[in-house]
Amino acid sequence: MNIYIFSFFGIWFIGWFLNSILSKKNNSNFIRFFVPTIFGIVFLLMWEFLVLGLSINPVLLPAPTAIGSKFIVEIPTLWIDFTQTLIKGALSGYILGCGAAFLTAVFINKFDFLKRGLLPLGNFVSALPIVGMAPIFVMWFGFDWESKCAVVVMMVFFPMLVNTVQGLSIIDKSRQDLMTTYGASYFQTLLKLRLPSALPFIFNGLKICSTLALIGAIVAEFFGSPIKGMGFRISSEVGRFALDMVWAEIFVAALAGCLFYGFIALMEKQFTFWHPSQQK
Amino acid sequence: MKFSNFIYKFFFEGNFFPILTIVTVIGIFWYLIALPMNAEKVERKFKDLNTTEKIIKSWNLEKPKLPTPHQIVKEIVNTVFYKKITSKRSLVYHGWITLEATLAGFFLGTALGILLALGIVHNKAMDLSVMPWVIASQTVPILAIAPMIIVVMNSVGITGLLPKAIISMYLSFFPVVVGMVKGLRSPDQMQIDQMKTWSASSNQLLWKLRFPSSVPYLFASLKVGIAASLVGAIVGELPSGAIAGLGARMLAGTYYGQTIMIWSALFTAAFLAASLVITINIVQNFTLKKMAIIT
Repeated sequence: MNIYIFSFFGIWFIGWFLNSILSKKNNSNFIRFFVPTIFGIVFLLMWEFLVLGLSINPVLLPAPTAIGSKFIVEIPTLWIDFTQTLIKGALSGYILGCGAAFLTAVFINKFDFLKRGLLPLGNFVSALPIVGMAPIFVMWFGFDWESKCAVVVMMVFFPMLVNTVQGLSIIDKSRQDLMTTYGASYFQTLLKLRLPSALPFIFNGLKICSTLALIGAIVAEFFGSPIKGMGFRISSEVGRFALDMVWAEIFVAALAGCLFYGFIALMEKQFTFWHPSQQK
Repeated sequence: MKFSNFIYKFFFEGNFFPILTIVTVIGIFWYLIALPMNAEKVERKFKDLNTTEKIIKSWNLEKPKLPTPHQIVKEIVNTVFYKKITSKRSLVYHGWITLEATLAGFFLGTALGILLALGIVHNKAMDLSVMPWVIASQTVPILAIAPMIIVVMNSVGITGLLPKAIISMYLSFFPVVVGMVKGLRSPDQMQIDQMKTWSASSNQLLWKLRFPSSVPYLFASLKVGIAASLVGAIVGELPSGAIAGLGARMLAGTYYGQTIMIWSALFTAAFLAASLVITINIVQNFTLKKMAIIT
């Protein structure tokens, strides 16, 4: 048994032991942060030792250190891909799609007939593999980021629409009546009552869509893209068996996904501090 | 309930008419927008025709920029009913290949997800260490790993169904874990105390209280999971070079400019997704009724 395999099991048991002791302690924020961190570190170390110990071909599975050094060396390329796919493709599509869905939702909320027609359809479309629209949009809008933006718009539109409409329809009758006794106009009621009370649903939609937007922009590049972009890089580097680069891209995607989601969650905390789900 | 009553309710009280109206509007809009989108091609190919003939031509081009619904339906009917199902031109053949991988991955992912959820609920160390990562994974576009899995597995000699099933598996795995953990924890302290006063063992607590109360949550996750599985299987077909399956049909359609082929594969995928979700819905209603959770 070589030293790496030994370390592999060693670190496993140390991590296990540490976490089972720590988790028996009181539930403090410290523990809540520390235990998953240990788990993550142990996982990475085990991965490293496993790759070294069994001398796994880096073509199959590169070690975390190899991925890390590749990440640092390739930061310029990764940055180009990041702006191409996530800023130009995903973010523009996300803002356009969610914005359009929000306005549509506010509009159809006024008409019960439209709402009854669009809501079941929206639910239906949300379950469909919209990513499949990517080849069509690549044909229509070309290889560059415009087609990715279009795919993202299609992907986020219906989940956002359904969530916003749901938020706008759940309304407390007595609050509505209060607004009426104040003689509030439609827009005043919308701005001061309906929209604020719909915010938890709107943020839920925004959160779901943040992941969808990243997926849409990356997968759309598998169907054709200029020679930059995360999806392009992933599929071409996979073809050359440069898996360390692929993992570096995936790391960027994961980081961006977490930050994006975290940002929306932070906004949610700021704007819906009054909602029971935000209170401890 | 009387049958006539049922018919009345279906048409006039439900969402039938609103949905029908919107679908019709979308259809009309589709045909209208096909005119300017295909105009260029029609102008190039049929210069001398009059306007009416040009309109009809633009709805029936061979490789249109935007195929019309009737062309797509015709192509689907052609490739579903008039081709042998073993033929490479049959959509049933391609659809089945995708469906197979989807289902295999979905069942594996669900089983693993339930197991992990059980572990998380029963072991506090596991809960504290794994759960934050599972939740974080929901915010990550994990579909991006798909091409790598396919190519790496191909290079060690594993091809066909299994690599795609693995992608479907991990896509359906995370929603199931999150849903099941929520579900297994859904019984409140009073119910748990009640079980304890009956001196129920932890096994009995699991099977008689926790598991039954998690079933509605499980079904909600299954619906998310199966839709994700299908997307995973389709995307998993892209990097292996468009051999078989709905994703391969889409990619081949892109290479050869066969728009009708892409759209028909897309519609088939949509049909598959819808039938899978509806199937789960039916099983859900049946199960929840049997369990007397809904009436």
